[in-house]
Amino acid sequence: MKDVLVELERRRATARAGGGEDRIAAQHKRGKLTARERIEIFLDEGSFEEFDMFVEHRSTDFGMEKTKYAGDGVVTGWGTINGRTVFLFAKDFTVFGGSLSEAHAEKVIKVQEMALRNRAPIIGLYDAGGARIQEGVAALGGYAEIFQRNVLASGVIPQISVIMGPCAGGDVYSPAMTDFIFMVRDTSYMFVTGPDVVKTVTNETVTAEQLGGASVHTTKSSIADGAYDNDVEALLQMRRFIDLLPQSNTSPVPEIETFQPVDEIDLSLDRLIPDNANKPYDIKELILKTIDEGDFFEIQESFAKNIVTGFGRVEGRTVGFVANQPMVLAGVLDSDASRKAARFVRFCDCFNIPLVTFVDVPGFLPGTAQEYGGLIKHGAKLLFAYAEATVPKITVITRKAYGGAYDVMASKHLRGDMNYAWPTAQIAVMGAKGAVEIIYRKDIGDADKIAAHTKGYEDRFLSPFVAAERGYIDEVIMPHSTRKRIARALRMLRNKDLTNPWKKHDNIPL
Amino acid sequence: MFDKILIANRGEIACRVIKSARKMGIKTVAVYSDADRDAMHVEMADEAVHIGPAPAAQSYLVADKIIAACKQTGAQAVHPGYGFLSERASFCEALEKEGITFIGPKPKAIKAMGDKIESKKFANTAKVSTVPGYLGEIRDADHAVEIAGEIGYPVMIKASAGGGGKGMRIAWNEAETREGFQSSQNEAKSSFGDDRIFIEKFVVDPRHIEIQVLGDAHGNVIYLGERECSIQRRNQKVVEEAPSPFLDEDTRRAMGEQSVALAKAVDYQSAGTVEFIVDKNKNFYFLEMNTRLQVEHPVTELVTGVDLVEQMIRVAAGEPLTISQDDVTLNGWAVESRLYAEDPYRNFLPSIGRLTRYRPPEEGQDGDVIVRNDTGVTEGSEISMFYDPMIAKLCTWAPTRIEAIDAMSVALDEFVVDGIEHNIPFLAALMQHPRWREGRLSTGFIAEEYPNGFAPRQPEADEQRVIAAVALAVELLRRDRLDRHLGRMAPHSGAMKPDWVVRIGDDYIDVSITEGMIGSPIEVDLAVGDGKPMTVTSDWRPGDPVWKGEVGGKPVAAQVRPVLNGSRIAWNGKAVTAKVMLPKIAALAKLMPVKLPPDTSKMLLCPMPGLVVSVSVEEGQEVKAGETLAVVEAMKMENVLRAERDLTVSKINAKAGDSLAVDAVIMEFA
Repeated sequence: MKDVLVELERRRATARAGGGEDRIAAQHKRGKLTARERIEIFLDEGSFEEFDMFVEHRSTDFGMEKTKYAGDGVVTGWGTINGRTVFLFAKDFTVFGGSLSEAHAEKVIKVQEMALRNRAPIIGLYDAGGARIQEGVAALGGYAEIFQRNVLASGVIPQISVIMGPCAGGDVYSPAMTDFIFMVRDTSYMFVTGPDVVKTVTNETVTAEQLGGASVHTTKSSIADGAYDNDVEALLQMRRFIDLLPQSNTSPVPEIETFQPVDEIDLSLDRLIPDNANKPYDIKELILKTIDEGDFFEIQESFAKNIVTGFGRVEGRTVGFVANQPMVLAGVLDSDASRKAARFVRFCDCFNIPLVTFVDVPGFLPGTAQEYGGLIKHGAKLLFAYAEATVPKITVITRKAYGGAYDVMASKHLRGDMNYAWPTAQIAVMGAKGAVEIIYRKDIGDADKIAAHTKGYEDRFLSPFVAAERGYIDEVIMPHSTRKRIARALRMLRNKDLTNPWKKHDNIPL
Repeated sequence: MFDKILIANRGEIACRVIKSARKMGIKTVAVYSDADRDAMHVEMADEAVHIGPAPAAQSYLVADKIIAACKQTGAQAVHPGYGFLSERASFCEALEKEGITFIGPKPKAIKAMGDKIESKKFANTAKVSTVPGYLGEIRDADHAVEIAGEIGYPVMIKASAGGGGKGMRIAWNEAETREGFQSSQNEAKSSFGDDRIFIEKFVVDPRHIEIQVLGDAHGNVIYLGERECSIQRRNQKVVEEAPSPFLDEDTRRAMGEQSVALAKAVDYQSAGTVEFIVDKNKNFYFLEMNTRLQVEHPVTELVTGVDLVEQMIRVAAGEPLTISQDDVTLNGWAVESRLYAEDPYRNFLPSIGRLTRYRPPEEGQDGDVIVRNDTGVTEGSEISMFYDPMIAKLCTWAPTRIEAIDAMSVALDEFVVDGIEHNIPFLAALMQHPRWREGRLSTGFIAEEYPNGFAPRQPEADEQRVIAAVALAVELLRRDRLDRHLGRMAPHSGAMKPDWVVRIGDDYIDVSITEGMIGSPIEVDLAVGDGKPMTVTSDWRPGDPVWKGEVGGKPVAAQVRPVLNGSRIAWNGKAVTAKVMLPKIAALAKLMPVKLPPDTSKMLLCPMPGLVVSVSVEEGQEVKAGETLAVVEAMKMENVLRAERDLTVSKINAKAGDSLAVDAVIMEFA
């Protein structure tokens, strides 16, 4: 072999070794994989094409010129997932702790630009110590350049971040601007300022896990959309997730073969709604029985559980589901649930993913905690998101749709394309008890009269028919044919053409 | 013949009776409580009458309401099923008074057989072999010791009005007899308000074998062979079969003839069951007579071809039996498994909730095998706490015992139940138990073979190979279509690979495709581990809950539920999570840390999904064993959660009004 070819092989081998055997062993000991191992799991075998393998930093301060590693702490490139293109960058913790230098940032920027230009998703795998302090302001500049490209790509290509180790300081804002963040339990954490700074400034003593572990971010802060037990589980799930997503905002919704016919009725759904209106049931059963093979990729499963959001397929094509969950807080809308669902609706609308909404909502959650916390504006986010969405919108009211929450949940008035109700639906301004006590205030002392009024109200208003008579409901459907009806509606709406008036951008109540 | 009958029962037996009535052209009336408004028996019947609130004492057990329902609908007769009012003589009398026929024996027979001492006296008169014992009332402990000495130890001390193991003691010597007499008497008094006690010989390692009899109003009585019901858990029958693997023709005839004699002695006019215990030497002793249709009657129907419900209705209508004793032949073998809504891994704790999936195996005859499933529920039904937790009786018939057991094994593997916990894993494990397969049974079988309860068991090496092959066959089909994903680059490097690794628990098993095409139906040769390639065929498609096919020439029916990056595969009473990976990924998966499940010994977990009614303690509080920690409401029932030992509460995670999932951590202890 020619010497130059041998030299290339040697340089490649050096670059692939990253920070060296000891650091790789240390990485494994922490329960983590290296950047290249992660890429191997994430991409189709043999599909990875690397960029900028030989990039090195150019810093000469603090003796940095003596330590250089090919690649400079980040591995970038593209590959395929089941044959579909994705771009990625993976922080290499074995090289300078994955810290960001000017050269490192340039590599990330290059792959971000390629992803945007070539309209394919980009995934960042995070395991890094933040900015490389030795580089000072050059690193800060690098971060901002990355942020800017995150924003430009937002809504054009799916951007996903997977936190697989430390992610702190400047590193957190790029994931924060992507569409989804996933974490690995026990080995990853995310915060703006670490436990040491927290201790100095606020005198709070917390561990990294308590401050920004997967549990915190999936249940309390809602920063993360999901968490997995280890690197392998997380990366394999990211493959599953990418399979569900379109390549860009101009690509069609992905479609795979499906074997489960949509015209089979499911009689068990006729028994889903309990006799007692105050008894909960699990709305996820309806989702699982509506989608193909019960294969549901839930987003923010552990946060604001009173609303369920996630992706499934109907007739092989991706659909976004939003559903009030009667099992938790009776499915009421509060600030957290509104924010969670609003963001999900907007993602689906960005990427042409049809929305199916299951409604069983008793209203908005009352109380000072909610009002002081800005329920009005948080609730408005969901209202805004549904109202501006131009993707196919199908709504099924299973039980309660009361008051303002009825309007919010993809009602006909917000350009719902197909608005169905089950015969058990109760579309009304409020429940019978409350309504009767207002309308018949003078009879409150008379239990018999109130009971008669309540019965009258229930018979007249707690049904889908008042709304159906006005055309607010397109059709009252049998629960057992829900999957069939949704599938047919989705077929009909495949060529839906609806555009909002031209604007620079909207002004959603943030 | 009647035009219309009412079924004073619910669940599977009500459905069972409706089926026979419908076949005979008789209209049916169902009755239902609040909890059964949408129940299957209500849907099946021609008419249904609401009879009150959910508790049986306010609905199914109220004779007046049943009679009113008969009058309202014009039902001419009542089939009581089993349980509830089926053995209540006063109910028959009340019906008779109203001119309504009771489809069952006459009140006199019910009364005679309903009392343990009375029934023994009848048995003695009819020359039925009874357990040596003393039928008179026992005066005191001295008297008890004297009698025990005459009978010979060990002896059983029983409450005359007893049942369900209450007021029952076994004594091996004088001291135990004194003590046992006293405690039996106390228990009998408090439980039944009747402190009459009797003593009989205790039969060691007995089998429970019973004879089905059928009598008419014209003095004809025949017997329809026996059923063995030795597989019991705490006196609750779990698996039954007909015939018994233990009886020879002579013993069978002797038991049958004595049973007929007893039935004749009480002028028995319906289907009834004479229960015996049988010792090692085939000595049999009369236990009691059940004056009703027995739960396990289907196994008799399968081996004799006689529809017992039809016969009961015909007899009640006054028709003479058309079958003579000579017509009765026992053909082949039938096994019944009772499916209970009980969690076998949590000491058979009842489990309630919604049957989100309920897909029994297909009923009917396939080759030499018949599958029958008597059930009262359907997908979406609610299992409530108000009634018996039995959800179905799955029966299989085949020419031989072992074929019937194997057919049961397959049928259980195919039976999909989700939403509640159930005993299918236990039943499936039983079907593989060598002692059961050999027919070496006694009523102590479960207690002896599962002394510490039932725990999940790891598959054997050959079972694991089958599971690995199924897991790969499933995964290949799931992935194959992704190779045709819209928008993919073709050809691409993600296409099918021949070599895979299946992770089952901590084992990583190499599986290679040596031959064949991926598609549905699938037919591939897979080499598992070091083994020779096995042909795997199936027409399973993604989304099907049951994988049916062949692995290495043997039929396999396994349940497949998708889980994170893999499948939960249940087969042969074993359930494992199998994850299929490419070899390179498997090598990396081995580097992942083992995460131990959290230590729950210092936590109070929510035992069922429910609503927190109250939390009775505060953080930092010291609590004594037995004190209330929290109250959780599920299905309108308040469950008081108590401290199992002395402890200190360190953290409380729930408050009143929270709705919790099963196993949610309510509080933690120091």
